[in-house]
Amino acid sequence: MVMFFVRRLLTSSLVVLVSTFVMYVLVSIAIDPLADLRTSTAPNKEQLIEQRRQLLQLDESVFHRYFDWLGGAAGCVVGQCDLGSNWKTNQQVTDLLSGAILTTLQLVSLATVLAILIGVFVGIVSALRQYSGFDYSITFVSFLLYSLPTFWVAVLLKQFLAIGFNDFLADPSIAWWFYVICVVLAGLTLMAALGGTAKNRLRNFAIAGGATLVVLLYVELTDFISNPTLGIVGVAVLSIGAAFCVTILSTGLSDRRSLYAALSVAGLGIVLYQPMRYFWYYAGASWPIVIGMGLLAVVVGGLVGFLWGGPDRSTVVRTAAFTAVPVALFLFLDRLFSTWDVYVNHVRIGGRPISTSGRRTPNFDGNFWMQTLDLFGHLLLPTLTLTLISFAAYTRYARASTLEVLNQDYIRTARAKGLTERTVIMRHAFRNALIPLASIVPVDIITLIGGAVITERIFGWRGMGFLFADSLNQNVIDPIMAYLLVVAILAVVANFVADLVYAVLDPRIRVNA
Amino acid sequence: MTMTTPPPVPTPDEPHENGIENRDVAGLSQGRIVLRRFLSHRGALVGMVVLALVAILAFSSIGVGNIPGWWKYAPGDRPAEFDAVNDRGGPTLGLPTWLGGSGLAWGDAPFGRDNLGRDIFARTMLGAQTSLIVMAIMGIVAAVMGIAVGALAGYYRGATDQVLMRFTDLVITFPLIVIGAVLGKMAGDSGVYVLALVLGLVVWTTLARLVRAEFLSLREREFVDAARVAGASDTRIILKHMLPNAMGPIIVNTTLLMSAAVLLEASLSYLGFGVKAPDISLGKMVSDYQSYFQTRPWLFWWPGAFIIVIALCVNFIGDGLRDAFDPRQRKIPSLRAMNRARLAQQESLTAATPALPTTADVAGVDVEKRRRDVGGDHRGGPGGANGPGGLT
Repeated sequence: MVMFFVRRLLTSSLVVLVSTFVMYVLVSIAIDPLADLRTSTAPNKEQLIEQRRQLLQLDESVFHRYFDWLGGAAGCVVGQCDLGSNWKTNQQVTDLLSGAILTTLQLVSLATVLAILIGVFVGIVSALRQYSGFDYSITFVSFLLYSLPTFWVAVLLKQFLAIGFNDFLADPSIAWWFYVICVVLAGLTLMAALGGTAKNRLRNFAIAGGATLVVLLYVELTDFISNPTLGIVGVAVLSIGAAFCVTILSTGLSDRRSLYAALSVAGLGIVLYQPMRYFWYYAGASWPIVIGMGLLAVVVGGLVGFLWGGPDRSTVVRTAAFTAVPVALFLFLDRLFSTWDVYVNHVRIGGRPISTSGRRTPNFDGNFWMQTLDLFGHLLLPTLTLTLISFAAYTRYARASTLEVLNQDYIRTARAKGLTERTVIMRHAFRNALIPLASIVPVDIITLIGGAVITERIFGWRGMGFLFADSLNQNVIDPIMAYLLVVAILAVVANFVADLVYAVLDPRIRVNA
Repeated sequence: MTMTTPPPVPTPDEPHENGIENRDVAGLSQGRIVLRRFLSHRGALVGMVVLALVAILAFSSIGVGNIPGWWKYAPGDRPAEFDAVNDRGGPTLGLPTWLGGSGLAWGDAPFGRDNLGRDIFARTMLGAQTSLIVMAIMGIVAAVMGIAVGALAGYYRGATDQVLMRFTDLVITFPLIVIGAVLGKMAGDSGVYVLALVLGLVVWTTLARLVRAEFLSLREREFVDAARVAGASDTRIILKHMLPNAMGPIIVNTTLLMSAAVLLEASLSYLGFGVKAPDISLGKMVSDYQSYFQTRPWLFWWPGAFIIVIALCVNFIGDGLRDAFDPRQRKIPSLRAMNRARLAQQESLTAATPALPTTADVAGVDVEKRRRDVGGDHRGGPGGANGPGGLT
């Protein structure tokens, strides 16, 4: 194992070293730092060019410059980073980099999580209904999303969603055709996803359509759009619904203990509704507190499950802990929504909460909830863009791997033993279908820190991708090289993590082989 | 039923263990089988036709190089009669009346004009040409490169493999768009062809890995040993014996790679690291015209639509090819189709042997099926899931 680490570390360092060298040479050829001077009409043009050649050591060979740069970069190992500076603005690259990484993380993390969750879910359902209408529609949609150029989607979203939705917010009234479309679409989706006999399909269509209609009516009648609040009733309904959903997926409703544990968690959430408001009021809020409370909720959920106990204690604990996540989320969202009114009518927002560019509204300050709403308003469009596009790939992966697993002999054995379909799918198929994904997801997550070059450009987020593209445009080499260095290291780390995860999940694979 | 006296040779009407496969591929070469599977993939077929239509439209309308096409304007033309002040230059393409338009009409500028009065139809066609050419060149370069690297690494193994694969790892280290941007900035000024050639040099990596894996397993097969014993040279073994056997994954991967190539070129051109000024590409058009979205939306819609159509078609063709070459993901007939087939078969059987009770309704078939499942009739009786009707 130790040998494996050492060998991996050595080869990886070599790869990073060689790749940075190759890229340094390529970038030096690609950029022309004298471009603006060549076309200048200044009388002392020659002198200026000479000055800049001196500044950037352009008379030295590219190897000399590379080793100069490498010397500075090697300092990072001992904690004295010198990645050079942007000679146009005189900013240190290390400062630029840390800001850019934070921005990018904010931008991509939510989109990645959403894309993975939705993509895997849809892909698995699509595989379970292979060659049904649902499967064909999902295949078509994912191909379509796969073929969409990011920049095109982004501009469309900017135009229709941001401007359209903001206009809509100013005068919220839902047209009758919107009702029809939503109800029919929801009904069709659930009907096709669950399948079954004609009677079942009809019933599912009615249930989904009816539920959608109720939600839409609720939205319309309570004026939810201009004043969104869940209220204690909303939180209660959603929490109990979540408790049932989690139990159905995790153990099935026949396991009463799990169901009661999940419902207890939901009940606890409802009981804590009012105390939590006081808590936020007196304790204040910040991201560490919010995340800490979320983790606490999971622990408490697990504890509730533990107290319900029973012969299958671990499954009960798991169900209750999973239920705690949505319940905590609903409480959080409810608190967040209650700031909505103040936020939208804030003088800097002016009733247009969906923003098309930047990371935050300039000169805007408010409490934690206002800032969070502001962040979400800015995140909405880029997140949607990124999710739409990477969702397609995950759907395909999940579908393919589920199909592969479903054809295995152990699935047939599981069915032959007489296990319920839920157990076969959730315990035997689902977990094994995730194994191939485990080798893709770490690579995707880690390389995403490299930034979404196009999305950042369009939505004006000054993250890693922006840093790279902008510096390449401006012919400044140091930020580009710092970016490439980070990306190369992350790629190496990502592959390493993927190998390790795979080895942990699939005992047939040995790391030190 | 035939249960009591099993016939020595199954007649064509009679299903047996792998009835479908035999009937499906009887007397066909490998190529014909693949072609047949491909042609039965509806999405791929539609993709093929649409892509061909787009290509014909793009190349015939404005012509290629010095050969003129049938469209009256060239991409850079500004018609003298156009009044850029009073006429915003909206599309004159008329929809048929049943679509709510004013009758099918081509008009003077079907896709509209830009702010300078240039004809967008001609420009979009030129952009589509660029996209198709870039796609083709990138596909060829990447295929050649990927096959060469993968084949050499997989066939020779050892040090060659190490060197070539570490080189591949090196290229994989960076996201496509990053290394593409650096190379694109280098090559963008030298025209579309050079750009496509250079970009082709970065997208071959997955193909190389695939070919290597394929070759590693192929080189252990008997026919390769036989060829070697017969005195064939390495070149001959690689090109004549192994490569044709690895063609399936190569074709599939190259197709999928080409759809990625279309989007890569469009994205780079959008960022300004791809196709440069005198040349036109669809991505560059979207980039140039995006500020006109409010006032002249057609400048934005048409190039985008063509990018999507081209990429989507190529993706569907790739999917069809994968299904055709990889029979593991064969289409499984739906329950309803199987029931229908079972029913039809039941009827034909009862007609042939009138002594049997009629079970030609769905419920009867279900009973029959359950009985067979429980009884374990291994030869696949009348209700066998492998019935020939399963391909519908």
